Amino acid sequence: MTILSLTSIQKSFGEQIVLKGVDFTVRGGEVHALLGANGAGKSTLMKILSGDYERDGGVIKLDEEELLLKTPAHAKDAGIEIVVQEVDTALVSSLSIAENVTMNSFISGPAFFSWKKRFKVAQELLKRVGLHLDPALPLSQCSLAEKQLVLIAKAISQDISFIILDEPTAALSTNEAQHLFSVLVELQKQGVGIIYISHRLPEIMELSTKVTVLKDGYVTLQKETSDCSSEEIVRAMLGNELVELLNDEEARILGDTLLEVQQFSVPATGESVSLSVREGEIVGVAGLVGAGKTETARALFGADPSKDTIYLKGKEVRISNPQKAISAGISFVPEERRKEGILVDYNVVENLTLPVLKQFTRFGFIQRKREKTEAEKWIKQLGIKTQKSSLLLNHLSGGNQQKASIGKWLLTDGDVFIFDEPTKGIDVGAKQDVFQCIKNLAANKKGVLYFTSEIQELLAFCDRILIMYDGKIAGELNKNEATTKKIMHYATGGHYDTVCS
Amino acid sequence: MTQYVHKEHVKNDINTTKLTLQEKIFPFLYRYGTLLVILLTVIGFSLANDKFLSYQNFTDILRSVSIITLLAIGVTISLIVGGFDLSVGSTASLATVTSAAALVLYRQETIIAILIPIAIGLLVGLLNSFFVVKVRLPDLLATLAVMYIINGLHLTFTKGFSIYNNMPLSEGGTAPGVFLPSFLFIGQGEIWSVPVPVIIMLIAVIVVHVILQQTRFGRLLYITGGNEEAARLSGVPVQRYKMYAYLLSAFFATLAGILLAARIGTGQVSAGAPLLMDGVAAAFIGFSVFGAGKPNVIGTFVGAVLIGILLNGLTMLNVPYYAQDIVKGSILIGALAFMYYEKKK
Repeated sequence: MTILSLTSIQKSFGEQIVLKGVDFTVRGGEVHALLGANGAGKSTLMKILSGDYERDGGVIKLDEEELLLKTPAHAKDAGIEIVVQEVDTALVSSLSIAENVTMNSFISGPAFFSWKKRFKVAQELLKRVGLHLDPALPLSQCSLAEKQLVLIAKAISQDISFIILDEPTAALSTNEAQHLFSVLVELQKQGVGIIYISHRLPEIMELSTKVTVLKDGYVTLQKETSDCSSEEIVRAMLGNELVELLNDEEARILGDTLLEVQQFSVPATGESVSLSVREGEIVGVAGLVGAGKTETARALFGADPSKDTIYLKGKEVRISNPQKAISAGISFVPEERRKEGILVDYNVVENLTLPVLKQFTRFGFIQRKREKTEAEKWIKQLGIKTQKSSLLLNHLSGGNQQKASIGKWLLTDGDVFIFDEPTKGIDVGAKQDVFQCIKNLAANKKGVLYFTSEIQELLAFCDRILIMYDGKIAGELNKNEATTKKIMHYATGGHYDTVCS
Repeated sequence: MTQYVHKEHVKNDINTTKLTLQEKIFPFLYRYGTLLVILLTVIGFSLANDKFLSYQNFTDILRSVSIITLLAIGVTISLIVGGFDLSVGSTASLATVTSAAALVLYRQETIIAILIPIAIGLLVGLLNSFFVVKVRLPDLLATLAVMYIINGLHLTFTKGFSIYNNMPLSEGGTAPGVFLPSFLFIGQGEIWSVPVPVIIMLIAVIVVHVILQQTRFGRLLYITGGNEEAARLSGVPVQRYKMYAYLLSAFFATLAGILLAARIGTGQVSAGAPLLMDGVAAAFIGFSVFGAGKPNVIGTFVGAVLIGILLNGLTMLNVPYYAQDIVKGSILIGALAFMYYEKKK
C-alpha cells in the first residue's frame, strides 16, 4: 500500500503566508477529507500537491522516496491526479469526449493513434466511471456533472495512486452526487487514495475515512472520521473567534427605510428580487455558491445595470451605472478584491481617495498634501497596517487590502453599503476589524446589505437574514429565529434535510 | 477531545543576509540604466567623431527627434489607459497631406492649414474610440484596421502623389498655392537659435507631464489603465477616459504630421508610416527610465532622444541606415528586458 506524506508544507504569496507548516498523510484505499473555511489554504495545499504551485518549504514523500513536484508533469509521474473545481479549465471543450479522456496519450502516447482505437479506449474508461455517452460527441455538449466524470475518466486513463477532488459536488444535484460517490467508492476499492475537499459535512461523514481540518494555514484537526462528530469539525473550522462575535446581543435602533426594491430584475440571473434595508440595519443575504448573490449585489450597484428602478429614501431612481449609484449614496465592496475592489499597482492614498478625488481637486489639479493628510487619517482609523501611505497595495496583506477596498467608501459617506463576501481570504484579525467597521456603519445610521455564504457571520451580527436560492429570495429570517439549519434549509431549496438523512 | 498541537515552521532570517553585488547593481541599472546608456553613447560617439559634441549637432539631434517625440506622446497616452494606438503613423501622414493640400491646392492661410488637419485628426481619434469603446474591439485590432483605412484614404485623396509647390495638376496648369513662409517657420524656423520644432516638443512634453502627474484628469487616465473594472466600480467613467486618450493620441499624431510637412516643405505621402515604429519604441523604452515601469512622458522623451542620438552618431560613423535598425532593436530589448526582469522579482 502506497503512502503519500506531506510534512511541514509552507507557502506564502508576497507578504501573505497561506500555509504555515501543514502535515498531511494519505494512504492508498483511503478517502481523506480536507476541510476548512474560505482562505484556509486547502486549494493552495492541493495545488502544491498537483505541481501547480511550488512549495516554499517542507517535504513530500511517496512511500520512502522524496518527491520534487515542481511541475504538473512531476505530479503525474508520481501518479497524483487532480480533478479541479472549475472542470472547464482542465478540459478542451472544442474537442470530442474521446480526445479529452485520452488526453494523456497525446503527451506520452504514440505519434499515430487511430480513431477506432481511441474511441475504444475512451469507451472503456467512460464505462469505468459509469458514463454512457458517445465518445465522438464534442465535450461542449456535456453537462457539468458529465464533464466532471470525463475528467475523472481522464485521470484514471493512466495508473494512478492518488486522486484529488476539489469540491466536486458544489454544483451537482443529489442524484449526480450519489453517482459520483459510487464511482469514488469503486476507485477506493481498487486501492486509489482519494483526497476529498468539500464544505458539505453530511457527505464527508458518509464517504471519508479520515478528516483533516485546515484553518488559516494550520491543521486544527486530524482524526479518523468515525471518531469525530460534525460539531467538532465545525468548531475546528471556525475556531473560537466567532464564538465571541455570537455574543453581540446589543439591539440596534432602526430608522426609516433607506433602500427598497420590488420585483427588481437581476440581468445576470434573469430572476427578480424584492428586498429593503432600513437606517442602522444590517441585512444579511445568504446563499450557496451560484445562488445569485454577487449578481444581485452588482445589479443594485449598477455594475450590471437592471432595467428596473429602486427606491432610495422613498425616491424612485434608476441606477444605470456605478457613477449614478455613488452619487445616490450607494457603496459597493465587490467579492473579487484584487480584480474589482482595489488597484494593486497604486498606493494606499490613491486607492482610498479614488471615489472622492473631486474633493481634493482645485482647477483640475490634485492637492496632494490635503489628499495625503485625509487618507492618512483614514488609514489610522481603519487600522490599515502599512509602513507608509505611499506603499503600493500589492505589498499589503489580503486583510489590509480589503480594509482599503472598504475604506474608500467611508470617505464618500454614502447611505447604503453593499458588501459581497468581505471576509473572503483574510485572516482573523482583519475579519474582526471588518466586522467592527460594519457595526460602526450601522451605529451611524447607515444601511448595510451583507452578501455572504459564511453562515456563522450572518448569525453573528445581522438583524435580518434573507436567503437566496437559484436567483430568488427563498426565505427571510429574523435575528432571533435564525439557525444554521434553517438557513441551509432555504439555501438548498428545501433539500437540506434530505441531504442530511 | 485531543487538540492538534501546531508547530511553527516559518523562518525569519531573510533580512540578516548581506546584499550580494548583483542585488546592489540591478536596482541601480533598473532606475538609471537608460540614462547610463545615453551617457555612454554620447561619450563613445564623441571619442569617435569630434564633430559629434557641438551645439549644432545637439540641436540637430533634438530637431530630428521632435516629430517622433510628439507622435510617441500620443502612443504613450494610449498606453496609459491600457490601449495601444497603431493608427498614429497613418494619422500623421494624413495630417501632412491635408495641411499641404490646404496650402498648395486650395491656397489657404497657415492657420487654416493647421486647424483643418487637427479637426480631421480628432475625427480619426473619434473613429478609434468608437471601435474600442462602443464596438468593444481589442485596441490593437481596431487601430490596426483604422491604420489601413486612414492610409488608404490619404493615398486615395492624393492619388498616390506627393503635394509640392508648383505641382502640375491633372486638369492642366500648376497648383495655385505655395507653402507659406509662416507655415514653413513651424518646421524650419529658429527662435534664439533654438529650432521651433524643439520648442514645440519641449512645451508638449512639459505640459503633458504636468497634466498626467498633477491633475485629476491624468490620475484617472492612469487609474483606467491600471484596472478598468476596479476603476469603473469606483465611479470612474472609464469609457469616456479611453475616448479622451484616443483623441489626444490622434491630436499629437496630427501635430507631428503638420510639423513634418512644415519641415520638409512638401506633402509627402506615407511620410508618417516609418515614424510609428520609432514612436512605439520610444514609448516602451520610456517605461524603463527612472524605473517607472509604466508609460510616462518624460521617459518617452528620453527614449526618443536615445534613438535620435544613436541614429545621428551611427550616421556620422557611416554605418548604413539599414544596419541602424539592428541597434534600435537591441536597445529596445535591453530596456524592456531589465524592466520585466525587475518586475517579475
